[in-house]
This record gives sequence, C-alpha cells and structure tokens, in this order.
Amino acid sequence: MTKETAKGIDRRDMLKALAGVPILGALGIQILRKNAYDDKHNIQQEIIRELGLEDLMNAIKPIRHTEGDLIRVGIAGFGVRGGQLAKALGFMEKSSFDETVGSGSLDAQIQDGNLHVAITGICDVFDMHAERGLATAAHDIHTGGTFASKHPVKRYRHFHEMISDPGIDAVIVSTNDHHHAQMTIDAIQAGKHVYCEKSLIHREEEIYSTYDVVNNSEMVFQLGHQYPQTAAFQVAQEILRRKWLGKISHVETTTNRNSPNGAWIRHVDSEGNIKPGDARSIDWKQWLGKAPEVPFSIKRFYSWARYFDYDTGLFGQLFSHEYDAVNQLLNMGIPERVFSSGGQYTYKEFGDMPDVLHTTFEYPQKELTLTYSANLTSSKSRGRTIYGQDAAMTVGGALSVVPDGSSELFADLLERGLIDPGSPMLEMRQGSRTASVVDAVSSATAQYYATRGLTSTSIGGQNWDVTHLHMKEWLDCIRNGGTPVCNIEKAFEEGVVIAMADISYREKCQTRWDSDKRRIERI
Amino acid sequence: MKWQQGTLVALRIVIGWHILYEGIHKLLHPEWSALAFLDNSQWIFSGIADWMISNPAVLNTVDVMNTWGLILIGLGLVMGLFTRISSLGGFALLLLYYLFNPPFIGMEVAGSVEGNYLMINKTLIEAICLLYIAFTPLARHFGLDMLRFKNHQTAPNHD
Repeated sequence: MTKETAKGIDRRDMLKALAGVPILGALGIQILRKNAYDDKHNIQQEIIRELGLEDLMNAIKPIRHTEGDLIRVGIAGFGVRGGQLAKALGFMEKSSFDETVGSGSLDAQIQDGNLHVAITGICDVFDMHAERGLATAAHDIHTGGTFASKHPVKRYRHFHEMISDPGIDAVIVSTNDHHHAQMTIDAIQAGKHVYCEKSLIHREEEIYSTYDVVNNSEMVFQLGHQYPQTAAFQVAQEILRRKWLGKISHVETTTNRNSPNGAWIRHVDSEGNIKPGDARSIDWKQWLGKAPEVPFSIKRFYSWARYFDYDTGLFGQLFSHEYDAVNQLLNMGIPERVFSSGGQYTYKEFGDMPDVLHTTFEYPQKELTLTYSANLTSSKSRGRTIYGQDAAMTVGGALSVVPDGSSELFADLLERGLIDPGSPMLEMRQGSRTASVVDAVSSATAQYYATRGLTSTSIGGQNWDVTHLHMKEWLDCIRNGGTPVCNIEKAFEEGVVIAMADISYREKCQTRWDSDKRRIERI
Repeated sequence: MKWQQGTLVALRIVIGWHILYEGIHKLLHPEWSALAFLDNSQWIFSGIADWMISNPAVLNTVDVMNTWGLILIGLGLVMGLFTRISSLGGFALLLLYYLFNPPFIGMEVAGSVEGNYLMINKTLIEAICLLYIAFTPLARHFGLDMLRFKNHQTAPNHD
C-alpha cells in the first residue's frame, strides 16, 4: 500500500514525477567534467602561455581623433585613385555616397574619421575627371556637403597654378607615374606638403633630385603605401621584434592576377566599349609632359601603366607596395645586386609590360635574398612571405605564422604536438576582431584567408579604410610635427630598388648599387 | 504499453538533454554567435539571415533568444514540465534550423563531414520526434506534469 500526500499524490508518483532531477544532476556533472577537461586541454591557451602571447595585440595602436586647424588640399589627377583618395579624406560625389553609406564600409570614417580637411583644388587634364573631382570636393560625408560648401573648390588647368595658390596648404599627387617626381619637387619648392601616390619615380635620375629637395625642406612628405597602417602589419612588426622567425634568408613577394583590367588594359569598359575622352577634352600635350611625343591615344591615356614611357610597369604599380611592406618590417634597404627577367606572352598588343616577371634582389651583407614573382595570367594567389629557420610568416590583410618542422625555438611545442608545421600556429584573419589574442591563435584545422592588406583593417572594433589612416598620419604630421612612416628615406630606398629592377628588365642586364657613389651600375 | 511508454519517455529525455546542453554550451561560450550558421543559409530564409547578420542588435537578440530558448525547452523536456509546450517550442526551433539550411540538392554545406543527407537530416527527424511527443500523453510520464495533471484529477495520459 502506498502513502498518499495531502494533495492525493502517492510517494511512488512523486518519485516518478521527479525522474528528471537525477538526469539533470547527471548532465550537470558531465558539464563540469567537460569544462574541466576543456580547460586542461585548451591548446589555444597553452600556446598563449608557452609563447607569452598575452600582450601581443597591444602592438596595435589605437586610432586617435584628429584635431587642429583646417588643412586645404589640392588633388592633382582625379582618375580612379584620385576618387579613392578623396573618399579617404571624407569626400564623395553625392550619388556614390548614397549608394555606399548603408554598406557599413564608411561607418568608422563617418563616426570617428573627420580629418578636418577641405578639398579646395582639383587639377586634371581631362575635363570629365576634373568635373567629377569638383562634384566630389563639394560633398563631404560628415555634413552632407554643408561643410564643403563653405570651402569652394577651384579647378586648375595647370599644376603650377594650383601650387602657387596660397589657398592650398597641401597637395596630393595621383597622376600617372612619370609626373610624380617633378610634381613633388615643384610642390615642395612651392611650400606645399605632399602626399604622392606610388611610385615616386619613373627614372633613376629623378630619385636623387627628389630626395634632395624633400630632404632639405620642412614640408611633410608621405608616399602612398598604406599597408603599414594595418593591424596585421603592427602585429607582424611585433612578431619580428620578438625574433620568432629565427634567421631570415628569404623574403618572397608576389603578384597574381588574371584579367585584362588586372593587367592595366583599361581603355575599354566592362561591356567592351571604348571609354570617353578625346583630343578635345584631354590636354594631351600636358599629359605627355616630358615623355616622347606621340599622337593622342586613348589606349595610352587609360592604360598608361603598361607603357615604359610613363611607368615602370609592375615594379611601380605593385612591387612598390610589396617592397615597402617588407622594407618597413625588415629595414632591408637597398640590395647590392638585382636581376630581372620575364616576357610578354599574352597581352602582346598593349605596351611594354611583361605578363610574367621574376626579379631577384640580393643582400649578401645581410645574408638575405628578396624575390618578386609576378604573373598576370593566373589568379592563383600566393602570399607575401618571410621565411625564417624557425617559422614562416605570411603578411597581408591577414597574417599567419607557420612553425618550421625543424625549428629549435619551437622544438618543445612541436614535440608535444601543440603546434603543427603544416598549419598556422598564429593567425589574424582579415576583418576579424583582434581585441584578444585568443582570436588569433588557431587550431590546426583553422582555415585562413590572406589578402594584401591594402583596403581595410580592423582596429579598435571598427573597420577602417587603410588609405584613410595613411592620409591621417600625413595630416597629423603636418599639424603636430613628426615624420610619416613612408617618408623620403623609405621613398629613396624604394626608388633605387625600383630603378635597379626596371633597368635590369628593360636593358637585359644585372644592376649593382654603388653605395659610395650612390648610383646604379649596369653589369 | 510499458515499453511504449518507457521508450517515449526516454526519447523525450534524450532530446531534452541534447537541446539543454546546446543551450548551456552557448551560454558558457559568450563568443558564440549564430553568425556563421546564418551566413551559410541558402534557401528561402537566406534573405532574412542576411538581414540578421547585417544588424548587430538583431543578431545579438537572436543569439540570446536562441540560447535561452534552447535551455528552457531542454529543461522542460528533461523534467517533463509543460511537456507539450516545450515539445512544440522545440519542434518550431528545430524546424527553423532545418529551413535555414535544408539538405536539398545543391545546398550541401561545404566541409561537412558528419554525415550524408538528402532532403532529410537529423534535425528534421528530431523535430518530428518532438511533434510526436507533444501529441502523445504517454510521454508525460516520469515528469513534473504528472503532478499538474494529478491535481486536476485527470489521468496522466490524457490532456
């Protein structure tokens, strides 16, 4: 006979009704056991402890608000890059702004990125580009054009008119490359600060005169290599400071693209139509400048990077970014010898640019070789990798460190199976949260994605346009003093390296840097 | 009858255990987010999923509701309390998971190594089991609902 409770439920039913309690208890015990097991076997935490990674992310500098007087900027050359630079400053054509504003890419800049600049001058030899520049300068992204309307923008038909105008404090040079050095010299001599797009030089002799003028002036000069502003770069710098890669003998830089546009064939649009512009709307003589006189050519106007008359081709366009990134990280400087080879196998009807290019830069005194391998007919991506005896680090927008199976530094961790030579032991993903090092230490199965780190970076929980940060550094130095990261010393080294590689390819010889005479020799 | 009842109760409890642990795991790992799951969404709900992902406040609400929904449903099933509501809630939640990422032809999740599915996956099977539990009073045995229904002077295997 069973005893009934006051409410008419017998003990047996009560026990049955409470059958879930021991089950819950069992689940609770299992959860506690699992948590204890996970804590003990947390590979991420163990790697962090073993390598002392706790403070690694402190290497990423927070972004501070810009304060100070208004800076009035003039832009020379308002092609695609000119528009991007204006956007980085906080100016967009209204229609482009309306299309972009909801996407999230401008959020950080709108919220915290007011640089207190006005674009008051536009100089372009092509009417259409100049008009687009004027419309862009008239619409700032912070007040929807109210601020911009208080600072009227003027079109200049000649660069010298713009730099002689006292209403311009600083100049951005984003023309085709063969004007960069002379424009920089002229602007600095006119007392303007200069932000110059890469590449600073086209021919060797320009390096020395530009260096002398910039170096002997008080004006602030910044070259347009925005990569050092990324979070990944700052962490890479810290990793190198901690000497985790061991002895470094090889640095590999690469370019892979596979489209006519990627090969700078840009005089036709995506539908195959020839882009606008003719001898009436383009001041062709001024566009050519010191370059050999040729009849107006829409091909040359838009696809100028492919012609050695106006550019050093792949060296100036993309290797310059690669070199600056590794030179900023490793302070490699100027190599002793350079040799380039390659050929134009696919895009034979367009200028001089090779489709496949390999260049070796030798630094015997530093016991180091830098290589650049470019392929414009394959988009199979290769990284920018620094090979050390203990680990290899690939750096772009993302960063990964892969331990070497023969490493002495990591022998213990390898032996204990905590890290694996086939997988990154540390990685930062593009756009991921990097507030904590736990986000960066990866399991052996983690996938990773690398880009060149030239578009955006995540700092302080916000996604920033890297070019915006690079221009901000230049403007901060103008206001507060200091030297930007891509200063004239770095630009000089880069100019020499590009000229050595370019001469080697064009003249089919090896080049040597005579450090006493500070001149390039052909061998 | 006893076997039928016992199996049904066991089914209720193991599904409850599974769902409860899913919820507790998410609670113990605050870095977890439905983002990756929603990002992979491929069928009729992919547009809603994109909207949820693009709006941090919405995504955060989804994460909190999902975590606590799983915990409450799991507790209800393990303890046999509000069994019908818990089962129907669990069914609805699992059906949503299924519809956000159904194993239809051409919608296979890349990198999945857990099993092979065509139209039907374990999420859908678990959802249908919960539907069965919801409408079968026998499943309320060995649960707190026995006390609720006893008080109403009703046999435990009837509503």
